[in-house]
Amino acid sequence: MIPAWPPAFLGKSFVGKQAMARGTASPEIEHLIQLLARLPGLGPRSARRAALNLVQKKEQLLEPLASALNVAKDTIVTCEVCGNIDTANPCSICTDETRDRSLICVVEEVGDLWALERAGVLRGLYHVLGGTLSPLDGIGPEDLAIGSLIERAKDPRVTEVLLALNATVEGQSTAHFISEQLQGAGVSISRLAHGVPVGGELDYLDDGTLAAAIKARKAV
Amino acid sequence: MDWRDDAIVLSVRPLGEANVIAEMLTAEHGRHLGLVRGGRSRRLRPLLQPSNHVHITWRARLAEHLGSMTVELIDANAAGVLDDPVALAAIESLTSMARLLPERDPHPALYRSALAVFANLDEREIWPAQLVRWELDFLGDMGFGLDLSACAATGVTDALTYVSPRSGRAVSAEAGEPYAEKLLPLPAFLRDAQVEVTANDLSSGFELTGFFLDRHIFGPQGVAMPQARERMITLLNRKKPAPA
Repeated sequence: MIPAWPPAFLGKSFVGKQAMARGTASPEIEHLIQLLARLPGLGPRSARRAALNLVQKKEQLLEPLASALNVAKDTIVTCEVCGNIDTANPCSICTDETRDRSLICVVEEVGDLWALERAGVLRGLYHVLGGTLSPLDGIGPEDLAIGSLIERAKDPRVTEVLLALNATVEGQSTAHFISEQLQGAGVSISRLAHGVPVGGELDYLDDGTLAAAIKARKAV
Repeated sequence: MDWRDDAIVLSVRPLGEANVIAEMLTAEHGRHLGLVRGGRSRRLRPLLQPSNHVHITWRARLAEHLGSMTVELIDANAAGVLDDPVALAAIESLTSMARLLPERDPHPALYRSALAVFANLDEREIWPAQLVRWELDFLGDMGFGLDLSACAATGVTDALTYVSPRSGRAVSAEAGEPYAEKLLPLPAFLRDAQVEVTANDLSSGFELTGFFLDRHIFGPQGVAMPQARERMITLLNRKKPAPA
């Protein structure tokens, strides 16, 4: 004889939890939850909460979000000059005449460009590589925007290329590779400093950062 | 089940937003993978750089599971050479070859010699010769070791200056002279660790190991030799800049 499921000792609330876990919302809302759950930072539970919030605040949130997503889908393009994401091509940074056109800052991803812009410390132009050289993942120089960078560096107005790549083995290998390719382009090549972050306490720093900081020490 | 071991980081692959699957060359458990929770965090990312020497604790319910790893840093080898393109290329070359080792098959000697290479990465006079020896050991552990103990033709053990590309055995200067163009040069430092290593010796050493790596390891798999290895050899062959 097949035993009854759920067994009596689990109680009635178990049935309700099972149903919630499977999802009791309509297929359209379930689809929305599944899409939201694909976003970074959102798991299935937080996606469910976000979806519920959107559905409950239809006019304040859902409709403006839907129209903003539509506009983004129709207008956002990748800048053919620097690889940034913007609604114009070339992007607003590349067309901004107030920027220092003698400096090109090379970054790995658009997120890095946004981080530098957020800090507001650089008034030059940018170049997004789209990744780093990675033999293990089969990413070679032809997969990155290195050729277009070399072409840009030949512009007589450009005097410096700043390699703002991650302080990892892959990031620095890519930086060295690019600096080799730029030899003969007539530009000075620099990179970001490695060392103690602002607010960092020596006691809590990893050995590698400390070693890099000691190596790059400056006279005061 | 769980175990602890020392290891060298070979590579990391992201898994989700926070975790990574780390690939390690361990001292006693061979090439081993494991999930590192929080491996993409600010705290763990510097530890999980290729070539770093770490102490790991591996745990899993069953031995055949992927398992999870906790990692403690012993030596941050990568951090000291981020400014050195040759050393970085050496790291990429060695780690991409070590990834071809069979999983969970112990290679303690290969681990120790890899550790020696990484520990000396800031000594340009030392590590390239160690890397040639590591590549020879790697060929041996993969089942394609060269026999450099005696001449394949005459059996003598002195004045061995060539290696036969066909058999992978050493050939003496006298026996090999008529076929010198077809034989590969055998640098003296591969027979005698006390001999001073010249730039030509290094070049011959990498040519020798490169030939057999391509023939036995990379060629049959239909993959090219690591680009980083070629880049490293090119940079090594350039004249070293004078210290500032």
